[in-house]
Amino acid sequence: MSAEASGPDAVGGLPQLTGEEISRYSRHLLLAEVGLTGQRKLKAASVLVVGTGGLGAPLALYLAAAGVGRIGLVDFDFVEASNLQRQIIHGTKDIDRPKVSSAQDRLKGLNPDIEVVPHNLRLSGKNAEKLFAKYDIIADGTDNYPTRYLVNDVCVFLKKPNVYASIFQFEGQATIFGAPGGPCYRCLYPSPPPPGLVPSCGEGGVMGVLPGILGSIQAAEVIKLIVGGAETLVGRLLLFDAWAMRFNELTIERDPDCPVCGQNPTITEPIDYEDFCGLGEKTQEAAEPIAAGQLKDRLDKGDRLQVIDIREPHERTLYPFPGAKVVPFGQLVRRMEEFNPENDLVFICKIGQRSLFAIRALARAGYRGRMLNLQDGLAAWAKLIGGPEVPY
Amino acid sequence: MPIALKIPTALRGFTDGLSQVELEGTTVGELLKNLTEKYPDLTTHLYDEAGALRSFVNVFVDGSNVKSLKGQETELKPGQTVMLVPAIAGGGPLAPETRGWAEVPAGTETGRFGG
Repeated sequence: MSAEASGPDAVGGLPQLTGEEISRYSRHLLLAEVGLTGQRKLKAASVLVVGTGGLGAPLALYLAAAGVGRIGLVDFDFVEASNLQRQIIHGTKDIDRPKVSSAQDRLKGLNPDIEVVPHNLRLSGKNAEKLFAKYDIIADGTDNYPTRYLVNDVCVFLKKPNVYASIFQFEGQATIFGAPGGPCYRCLYPSPPPPGLVPSCGEGGVMGVLPGILGSIQAAEVIKLIVGGAETLVGRLLLFDAWAMRFNELTIERDPDCPVCGQNPTITEPIDYEDFCGLGEKTQEAAEPIAAGQLKDRLDKGDRLQVIDIREPHERTLYPFPGAKVVPFGQLVRRMEEFNPENDLVFICKIGQRSLFAIRALARAGYRGRMLNLQDGLAAWAKLIGGPEVPY
Repeated sequence: MPIALKIPTALRGFTDGLSQVELEGTTVGELLKNLTEKYPDLTTHLYDEAGALRSFVNVFVDGSNVKSLKGQETELKPGQTVMLVPAIAGGGPLAPETRGWAEVPAGTETGRFGG
């Protein structure tokens, strides 16, 4: 390391490292690119990790290990057994604890020298600006669109870099939004998808190690932003396919017409989008509900109706519905002519959500027969008939 | 000569599970038209009611966004790779009512369990 970097006043205002810190971070200090100055910058830095799930877990762990001085954690959720396949910051003993508390314990256990601030709340347009203002860098590890757009917009308003990743099944994306001169999320995707148009709801399968890889990439980018001098992902969208084990890189640019960071922005304050996976009123109107009990009565009576199972093959294997016609969601419109408009169609899926989107898609495509939605899906059906629960 | 079009996981449900399809097309628009003719279920996911490309889908030709080229008019040459890159979100809870982060009071559990 250079004499300049190790001098007490090498960089004004940066905190000194203690003797213990010097041994803890020795592998950083040995890197010319990080060195004592870089480590002191890390100690002085503050990062807000939004979401302590699959992405937030490795992200927060590596930031803590690296000695980021203050790490904020935002989440409102509680640890569940099904989280542990990928959210490695939490343990089995933490089930039912608030995620931010479990994560805080783990981070403090890893590195007692840093400050960890739990924010056990739901991020919203009302609290986001105040919260983000307290941190240098925001790292977005959210799993849903409303929060993603909120994080993006608030980062643009406050001019904070937004270190981003998102995942779907085996695929991930990562980049840095909101950096000077670089694009924001809306430059790439100006507005969120309407419900039902991107199959992200109710198909929540994800390879556990995928967010581990993407969250680690986010941690690397955060650390590089703090230390400085590195080539970051600003202006590049990194795509990762874990199944094919392939990385791809795309060039992304600032859009002068961007609704939030463009020349004439139309979005100037935070927006609380509706839950994209929730039931919009419109969707509810389009679909006529049928309760599990009613469906059972009609099937027992031998009524003229056809049950359409729109789930994916792996789901049907786990919980079959005998007698249903199988038409996966993605083939519905193409195979519309197979349905007899004289019969009532009852659409089924796991929780009655995708089936609503199915009805909506068919209505939009011009199907005129009567379409019913099994309310609360096969979860409700399983409860009614008293057998095993839907196991996925 | 056909152009290789990469289909992301999120849209493979509409392309019989294929991750890549080979289609003819001299422009991006023509290629995508041929795609939606072959897989009509994709149409509403790629185009809005007015026939414009959806705001949550981007098309990249050899790593460049067609938005910064000539959009749908972007010309294609044999050997180029076209990639559909939709917005993705996932890995969260399955039940829709637990997604979305609306305003609710902060829990009191943090104090009990917290540091």
